[in-house]
Amino acid sequence: MSILINEDTKVVVQGLTGEQGKFHALRNRDYGTQVVAGTRPGKGGEKVEGIPIFNTVKDAIEATGANTALTFVPPAFAKDAVLEAGDAGCDLIVCITEGIPAKDEAKMYDLLKTNTNAKLLGPNCPGLISPGKSNVGIMPHEITQEGNVGVVSRSGTLTYQAVHELTRINIGQSTCIGIGGDPVPGMSFIDVLEGFQLDSQTEAIVMIGEIGGSAEEEAAEYIKNHVTKPVVSYIAGVTAPPGKKMGHAGAIVSGNKGTASAKIEALTKAGVNVVKNPTKIGQAIRDVI
Amino acid sequence: MNLFEYQGKELYKKFSIPTPKSTFIKSKSELQSDHGLSYPLVVKAQVQVGGRGKAGGIKVANNDAELDQFIDDILGMDIKGHLVESLLIEEASEIISEYYISFTLDRSEKKYLMMLSSKGGMDIEEVAENSPDDLIKHYISPSVGLDDSDIEHAITNAKLDFAYKDQLIEIISKLYSLFADNDCDLVEVNPLAITSKGVSALDSKVSLDVNAEYRHEEFKEFEKDIPIPESEKFAKSKGLNFIKLDGSVGIIGNGAGLVMSTLDVVVEHGGKAANFLDIGGGAKAETVTAALEVLETEDDVKSVLINIFGGITRCDLVAEGIVEATKGKELKWPITVRLDGTNSKEGLEILENNKNEKITISESMDEAAQIAVQAGQ
Repeated sequence: MSILINEDTKVVVQGLTGEQGKFHALRNRDYGTQVVAGTRPGKGGEKVEGIPIFNTVKDAIEATGANTALTFVPPAFAKDAVLEAGDAGCDLIVCITEGIPAKDEAKMYDLLKTNTNAKLLGPNCPGLISPGKSNVGIMPHEITQEGNVGVVSRSGTLTYQAVHELTRINIGQSTCIGIGGDPVPGMSFIDVLEGFQLDSQTEAIVMIGEIGGSAEEEAAEYIKNHVTKPVVSYIAGVTAPPGKKMGHAGAIVSGNKGTASAKIEALTKAGVNVVKNPTKIGQAIRDVI
Repeated sequence: MNLFEYQGKELYKKFSIPTPKSTFIKSKSELQSDHGLSYPLVVKAQVQVGGRGKAGGIKVANNDAELDQFIDDILGMDIKGHLVESLLIEEASEIISEYYISFTLDRSEKKYLMMLSSKGGMDIEEVAENSPDDLIKHYISPSVGLDDSDIEHAITNAKLDFAYKDQLIEIISKLYSLFADNDCDLVEVNPLAITSKGVSALDSKVSLDVNAEYRHEEFKEFEKDIPIPESEKFAKSKGLNFIKLDGSVGIIGNGAGLVMSTLDVVVEHGGKAANFLDIGGGAKAETVTAALEVLETEDDVKSVLINIFGGITRCDLVAEGIVEATKGKELKWPITVRLDGTNSKEGLEILENNKNEKITISESMDEAAQIAVQAGQ
């Protein structure tokens, strides 16, 4: 078992006709993911490399049985796209779009939670991959390998770095998930940790955090009380000067809240092995499995 | 994007939120002799740093001579490293009570948060620390919003003066509209005062969500008046996220997490980063070329480290950008490149086919950081 996606996942790509959407959807399909449909209002009936395009997600689901949406639409339209996918009945919505206004994210999360049962991953995230089964998003599958370690991260590129460190010493992954670094992410560390704890394929967990917010501290509390599998963690931004906003809306330190040291302390107290350099992740996992 | 007080108050006026009558000047000559303001007047330094009052950046003038004197005193003053380049001159208020109010997004709750206190006019963090019961927190569901009965409830809980209930509800409701409808990350008024002329926002702290710039023309106008280093301005015009730091290893990477981690690993190897530069997701060759151009304008850089893990970013395009920026040029500094992920094989081939003696390729982030630190020493 993997979590959230597997061989049976059927993906509808919102924004398949755009450059990024097309490039990554085709990579996902080449990997073996069932990319069954794309949407683009007004382009229903057309095809992109054999993938049928529909005007709406609802039409796409009716025709293809898609259950997961992968969203590449531009920031100004992302909220409506995600809500459309939720209303149409998608179980999982993976929103790659970067740069969505925080107010749109907050409303999107709120409405989705109130009106649907859909799970939202992202926005501003790399998506997720269950190696050997399915890749939904923009993660480079070449660096992954099927196995027993669950990986979860706020940062896209650091997810790749962590996965790479595992694969290079022949440790495979069950599912690798980027939850995104925006102010209002859909799924949190805790949601993913819960999945990994319940998943029979997952034996150990890698959790990558960064400065800003309190998601890592909340995750530490959850790990202490609910996670029995070994967890290795890395926190980026130890040397970042306070008060500077470094890219991710999430990565900002004000005062002593959300600092790397506060997060490392909370995780260490919860029994997590926090490594100081992302290249040490592989060895740390080897030590516990 | 953090606004100056006068910019925040411009927004307040747009939303009909009462503020003291005022004028804004950048030099004394801009002050009209018939400014129409009545003494006493408060002369306020426009700087984005706390504690300006204690530093002498706020003074009350009772006549023309004092006003003249205080303008001279405060303009050009250095407040904690911030140069005072402009002043807000406003009519002093007769204050009866001072309150605190703010709207922000609570990231753990994923809801908007209104905070209200009867103890305004002082450091609100101290109030939160010493008498937390005096700071009322009210969570707002983003899809539902805030109605008058919610506000009345909060006013009651915060023990604000009920004689001014209607005015308070009106102004709080407008502040919420500004926060929610105008894409503000923060709207904070301290103090929100009851004065002899009614309820008024005496100060303003507003932060705008730059991701929403596309739907607010005025965001760009505000941005023009906020000073940032030239290099950061140039980087922004090229779509790069650049922050100047004080070390000597120039850093280019993709994704905030990886770039932050690169800064950490450089420190671990005894170096210090000269900057944070994130080329973002899906960068094209010209983005990478522009990133190298930004570093060329920085005198402190002694060595450059390019650390890319391709996902949505394609390593072949990054390599093309590096070649474009360096081909046939006498490079100012050695460059260490690490490429992994999407199309890394193609990227490394491009670099291999366009060899440059000052460019070193490394297979791991750790080793690349080590080489870059040594190369700059």
